[in-house]
Amino acid sequence: MSATKVTSPIEENILKNLEAGERVLISGTIYTARDAAHKRMSEALEKGEDLPFDIKGQTIYYVGPTPAKPGQIIGSAGPTTSGRMDKYTPSLLDRGLKGMIGKGYRSQEVIDSMKKNKAVYFAAIGGSGALITRSIKTMEVIAYEDLGPEAIYKLTVEDFPAVVIIDSNGADWYQLGKQQFNDQHTRQ
Amino acid sequence: MKIITYGEIVEQVAKMCQEANFDLGQDVVEAFQNALKTEKSETGKDILEQLIQNADIAKSERVPMCQDTGVSVFIVEIGQECHISGGSIYDAINEGVKKGYEEGYLRHSIVDHPISREKSKGYNTPSIIHIEMITGDEMIIHMSAKGGGSENMSSLKMLKPSDGLEGIKEYILDTVAKAGPNACPPLVVGVGIGGNFERCAYLAKKSLFRPIGHRSERPELAQLENELMEEINKLGIGPQGMGGNTTALDVKIEIEPCHIAALPVAINLNCHASRHKEVRL
Repeated sequence: MSATKVTSPIEENILKNLEAGERVLISGTIYTARDAAHKRMSEALEKGEDLPFDIKGQTIYYVGPTPAKPGQIIGSAGPTTSGRMDKYTPSLLDRGLKGMIGKGYRSQEVIDSMKKNKAVYFAAIGGSGALITRSIKTMEVIAYEDLGPEAIYKLTVEDFPAVVIIDSNGADWYQLGKQQFNDQHTRQ
Repeated sequence: MKIITYGEIVEQVAKMCQEANFDLGQDVVEAFQNALKTEKSETGKDILEQLIQNADIAKSERVPMCQDTGVSVFIVEIGQECHISGGSIYDAINEGVKKGYEEGYLRHSIVDHPISREKSKGYNTPSIIHIEMITGDEMIIHMSAKGGGSENMSSLKMLKPSDGLEGIKEYILDTVAKAGPNACPPLVVGVGIGGNFERCAYLAKKSLFRPIGHRSERPELAQLENELMEEINKLGIGPQGMGGNTTALDVKIEIEPCHIAALPVAINLNCHASRHKEVRL
């Protein structure tokens, strides 16, 4: 199947043309963050402090990798369920976050904020962490090192496979894909 | 009387934890291959192919197939004529988990305190341990590395007896539909019916230890498992919730007697990385 090549940080004119259901191969820089890092970032914002990296235009990958074996850059690194980050996401989108990679549903608040801020949500294949790791080329810890797998890492990726789930117009592939499939293959 | 040593349990458990995370059982890989033949969605097929490739990489490179290496859940069948020497079986299992996870570069995913979220000091322990006494002198350790995503979408409900079979089916279909992509489909759906509040949850979990394709020995339940498989795969959720007819790889049902006033039903969802191992001592 064909896939659109995308470079992160994703340029605005490319981002706005990405459509729900489109397969992409992401290259460039992405940042990891999951539950604990999101909580800390949210606390920092509440206190009026800066985020540990300039989030403007960037992409966050919801992942908590396994420890790297000797000789590995990173351990297995597939997506975690994004919905747990929903509570913290609109405030990050308001500060310029443009891309998110995870798996699973997003809340209506997140979708509304994505439309307002023109951002995209991608899904990687959950449970394919051994395969995904092959597209990660470098890994560097940026913040909250004490959180171990939940720290913020800066990753360089090459042809990281994902699917656009929610595009910048708010179209949601989890709804559309299922609907399209059911329409094409009449339920018997 | 058979004597099983503490050290033997530690070694076996450590090995099982790694094997479960590196080597997806043949039952699951075969289920992917069968699903590839029947999946109608191109995206769905593509995902199934990637899952097969992922399982191959994990096995050959001895790396975890998923970064969520899970909570280790044990069902230990202990023969009445079997004696454990050198310490408690709970300590032996936890020591084995710690060793297996740490040496296998598996993720430490346990917090000690569910509210403060303070991380546990034992590497990926404590594990969840269920013990069942059996006759004889054998010890059978069943281990599962259970992921958090699918566990989070699991559900338990005290139905009314008048809800009947239709009510049970509706609840199961509704739970799978609500879980959608979050539980990492294609799923293994474990169902416990009867017992009481906590027992039906255990039955649902226990059902997930049965290999894929293995049907209940009770004909009415085997039929219900088949029927539910068909219904679930008509929901259109598909691999990873992106549309398709492979939403479940299998449905497992376990039942037990219950109170005249009750109809407890628990649904324990498992992701496609349905990792379970067994060892006999």
